[in-house]
Amino acid sequence: MTGKIETVGVCGAGGTMGAGIAIVAARAGFRTVACDVSEDSLARARKQTEGFFGKSVDRGKMSEADRDQALAGLSHTTRLEELSGCDLVIEAIYEDLQAKRELLGLLDGICGHDTIFASNTSTLSITEIAAGSQRPDKVVGMHFCLPAQLMKLIEMSPGLLTSPETFQAAWAWTETCDQVPVETQDKPGFILNALLVPFNNDAIRAVEAGVAEPTAIDAAIKTGLGYKMGPLELVDLVGLDTQLRLCEAFYPITLDPRAATPPLLRRMVAAGLLGRKAGKGFYTYDRDAMFGG
Amino acid sequence: MKYAIIGPGESRSFPTGDGFRQAAVGEEEADIVVFLGELVSARPDKAAVLVELGTECLGVHTGEPVEPGLETVVGFARYRNGQDDPSPLVELVRRPETNDKAVAAARDMFEAAGLTVVVCGDQAGRIVDRLVRPKYNAALRFLDEGLATQKDLDLTCKLGLGYRDGPVERVMRGGLTRHFDVTSALFEVYGTPAYAPARAAVVAAARRDGGKD
Repeated sequence: MTGKIETVGVCGAGGTMGAGIAIVAARAGFRTVACDVSEDSLARARKQTEGFFGKSVDRGKMSEADRDQALAGLSHTTRLEELSGCDLVIEAIYEDLQAKRELLGLLDGICGHDTIFASNTSTLSITEIAAGSQRPDKVVGMHFCLPAQLMKLIEMSPGLLTSPETFQAAWAWTETCDQVPVETQDKPGFILNALLVPFNNDAIRAVEAGVAEPTAIDAAIKTGLGYKMGPLELVDLVGLDTQLRLCEAFYPITLDPRAATPPLLRRMVAAGLLGRKAGKGFYTYDRDAMFGG
Repeated sequence: MKYAIIGPGESRSFPTGDGFRQAAVGEEEADIVVFLGELVSARPDKAAVLVELGTECLGVHTGEPVEPGLETVVGFARYRNGQDDPSPLVELVRRPETNDKAVAAARDMFEAAGLTVVVCGDQAGRIVDRLVRPKYNAALRFLDEGLATQKDLDLTCKLGLGYRDGPVERVMRGGLTRHFDVTSALFEVYGTPAYAPARAAVVAAARRDGGKD
């Protein structure tokens, strides 16, 4: 049986996603232990979290008392052992199967037998990650969207050996946090990335094929379909190197030609045209302003 | 920029009663001639000649390379999901030989009508269908394979990606037979699995063609 969830651990909490997940947990009133190997990253995350809660108060989305309670319940540590009292541990470390497996193996020896392990992976198999634990029935997929503290959606995926009790308890926890869970099978990219990564690749291939300029492609998709952001604007935002990594994660598993890295993407990454963070990708950026590429 | 409309036939871009039709003038006084559902013919005295495209390429109308006298012919399609109201998007299609001034005139005319114009090359599916139809195929396949329920597939795209509507609800509202027709045309050109009509669309088309719908 799975007990009541009162304390939540987040591994990789010095990163953008992990910090956001810790905010979700702390905001919902759970004692939250934010863990990361980097003290500097944790310090930065702590400062950003305080800033986020401060803005929430300023905007009337949160009372001062709730902010104080959330911050009081949120601790930061570089010691994995401090997750020993957690009922739920969510890992949001980098996308590497072996690293995630090793982490679960370590947590096996630290956490109680009823502790649920959730993986925030966006591309890897929950079942394969769970193979790193001696209790795969306690492992579940829990994929948050960036930025986690603002986006309601969570893709929930049971692995082949996940117990129904684990899945139900994790699902209920997300609802307690006022998130919106959806259930997907344990397949590459779940729903979101399985649709998005090939779609973005198709847009990149359209540029390469001379169908239209990036501005025209994005304008067509936004105007025709009502999307808030065009696919090339989105790739620029997430980073062309990230899109490349997603392709390299997907294609070997799915062998879907649409998931294969477009040659133009590979060339642009090699040239350092990584998108918004590099100042140039499919568009050129000056400060935060966007200009046609 | 004054325009005349030739052809009383059905138009996906400008259905009967659309304001764009009502603002048309007679061909004598028009700067541009817009062909809806009619075979295009040269108009050397006009700034541009527009022909509405379905799933076919502009080259079907102009020849490839463009026949002499047809360099001012520009293709267009206003994007529309099934029988939803047409969107504000107009995809203008040009060939390498297409006259730049004709393209500019066509752009000016549509923008003056309050529409958003993008210019693309003469490739099957133009921009939107080329990009979105494989996504619809994937979503329909995911549904068949039990990846998630339709409700969760659509909800995920709305909440996670900010889409106005989810891919399954959108393709179904647009019509699975319409999806079959468009993807079949794209598949004929590209021959890649991404454009092969999804099973549900094949079934819908078979029922239509068998007179069951």
